[in-house]
Amino acid sequence: MPTDKTSTLDDVVAELRDGMTIGIGGWGSRRKPMALVRAIARSDVKDLTVVTYGGPDLGLLCAAGKVRRAYYGFVSLDSAPFYDPWFAKARTSGEIEVREMDEGMVKCGLEAAAARLPFLPIRAGLGSDVLKFWEGELKTVESPYPDADGRTQTLVAMPALKLDAAFVHLDLADAHGNAAYTGVDPYFDDLYCAAAERRYLETDQLVSTEVLVKTVPHQRLLLNRMNVDRVVHAPNGAHFTFAGEYGRDEKFQQFYVASAKEPDTWEAFSRRFLQVDEATYQREVTAWQAEQEENAQ
Amino acid sequence: MAGRAGGERTVSTAETQATNIPPAEPSSPLAEPVEVTRAEYCVISCAGIFAGAGEIMASPMAPVPLLGARLARLTTEPDLLITDGEALILADTPPIGKTGPIEGWMPFRKVFDVVASGRRHVVMGANQIDRHGNQNLSAFGPLQHPTRQMFGVRGAPGNTINHPTSYWVPRHTARVFGETVDIVSGIGYDKVDPDNPAYDDLNIHRVVTNLGVFDFGGAGHTMRALSLHPGVTADEVAENTGFEIEGLADAPETRQPTAEELGLIRDVLDPKGVRNKEVR
Repeated sequence: MPTDKTSTLDDVVAELRDGMTIGIGGWGSRRKPMALVRAIARSDVKDLTVVTYGGPDLGLLCAAGKVRRAYYGFVSLDSAPFYDPWFAKARTSGEIEVREMDEGMVKCGLEAAAARLPFLPIRAGLGSDVLKFWEGELKTVESPYPDADGRTQTLVAMPALKLDAAFVHLDLADAHGNAAYTGVDPYFDDLYCAAAERRYLETDQLVSTEVLVKTVPHQRLLLNRMNVDRVVHAPNGAHFTFAGEYGRDEKFQQFYVASAKEPDTWEAFSRRFLQVDEATYQREVTAWQAEQEENAQ
Repeated sequence: MAGRAGGERTVSTAETQATNIPPAEPSSPLAEPVEVTRAEYCVISCAGIFAGAGEIMASPMAPVPLLGARLARLTTEPDLLITDGEALILADTPPIGKTGPIEGWMPFRKVFDVVASGRRHVVMGANQIDRHGNQNLSAFGPLQHPTRQMFGVRGAPGNTINHPTSYWVPRHTARVFGETVDIVSGIGYDKVDPDNPAYDDLNIHRVVTNLGVFDFGGAGHTMRALSLHPGVTADEVAENTGFEIEGLADAPETRQPTAEELGLIRDVLDPKGVRNKEVR
């Protein structure tokens, strides 16, 4: 019987270290491992370097003052007002150092790390201010093979985005780390896991291996046991981003944005939804949704 | 070297008509005078972006260029691939906001493969564009301490260096079209290193705005006016642009839509008038 990797959010938090480089799966406001992000946000860890296709995950970590450095292709909430308020505050106050890059460079850097390569060549980034964002850390590489016309391609040498830890949310998983997505897009969660030393998976549904493989077509089995160290059962864990079985909670996301505007509204939001454990969060979200329904009537 | 491969693929009007438009009710001028709105000139101008594009992925990032891409697909460019904006390739050409039968799968990771292949034409928005075609959608102000944060560079560096790129600006102002951009997300022609073949595919094909249609065919690949929408004067464009646009005084009017195009825009693709919210 393979190892049972089921863990609590506290088990995961106990393994965090100051200054670590973490990758966060999903995309924008889509299938983000928000239960894990909330756990990181209320932990004592600090000075994180975050690698992500950013959304409210990066926003919440910025709000909690956990981010020292961020590597990202973009940061978006994917629906109005699109720009994450806490990421914007961290940037306009100069609190975080960024290594902004083309979206394709994130994939490329994770692939390099997954293959244990120091870099992979890519066109994207050339001529743009991405190289300035990287302040000398990003270099170019010249092809040893000239083109047919005798000229030689010089390309961005995208460095491996090696991660100390990866955090991902999949819709369905077993206790051993086999896991599947059920929505339209795997995003890059397998690459984050492949690029990381420690791999943390949260899942909406924890099922037997037999049920897992019977529930989805084989091509949806994105992660296998070699890709995962801990499995956390976190129903609705991607909230307020969407996952395979539920949509984005647009109203709550807008409430998150509105709450970020003033210190007192943020304090109220934080007390109710962030300075609490995951079970309380989920209970309070359900209560909040009921309040909204009542107010609407 | 710029624009060599994947470059100017303009097909003559005669050619597109011969292959794609039924000869009976074609691109003839409107039989009766009909009032055409500014948004409708913008939609047909965005459709024109894809003229001769062939079997590539059209990736419009806003409603008006989306309508343009779908209009092109329903008229002269039936082989364009379009997606639902999420991960599915659409078999049919549904109205804006609707989906329909699909023909394939295009998750984000495969989009990056398409970008690298060059078989794509993206129409991005822009917070800033300069006269050489440099574009910013990242942030305003210093890189590590911006005054206003937007999206970050997104796919703009990869798009611009790999495949045809056009821009859609629903409100043409001197703030958008300024002397310089704060952060270069999409690269312009003055960034090209002619000795490096990696830059060969830079092709900033068109800029369509609420005032007109432009390209970078001016001297030294600078912005040039191709047409101004009816009712727009050269002075109005000049007042709303922070640099000199070549050919502005001589720019003709944007062409009239055909009856077929107007019918498709009004009755098929955008019956609710989403286009009018973007362009007033």
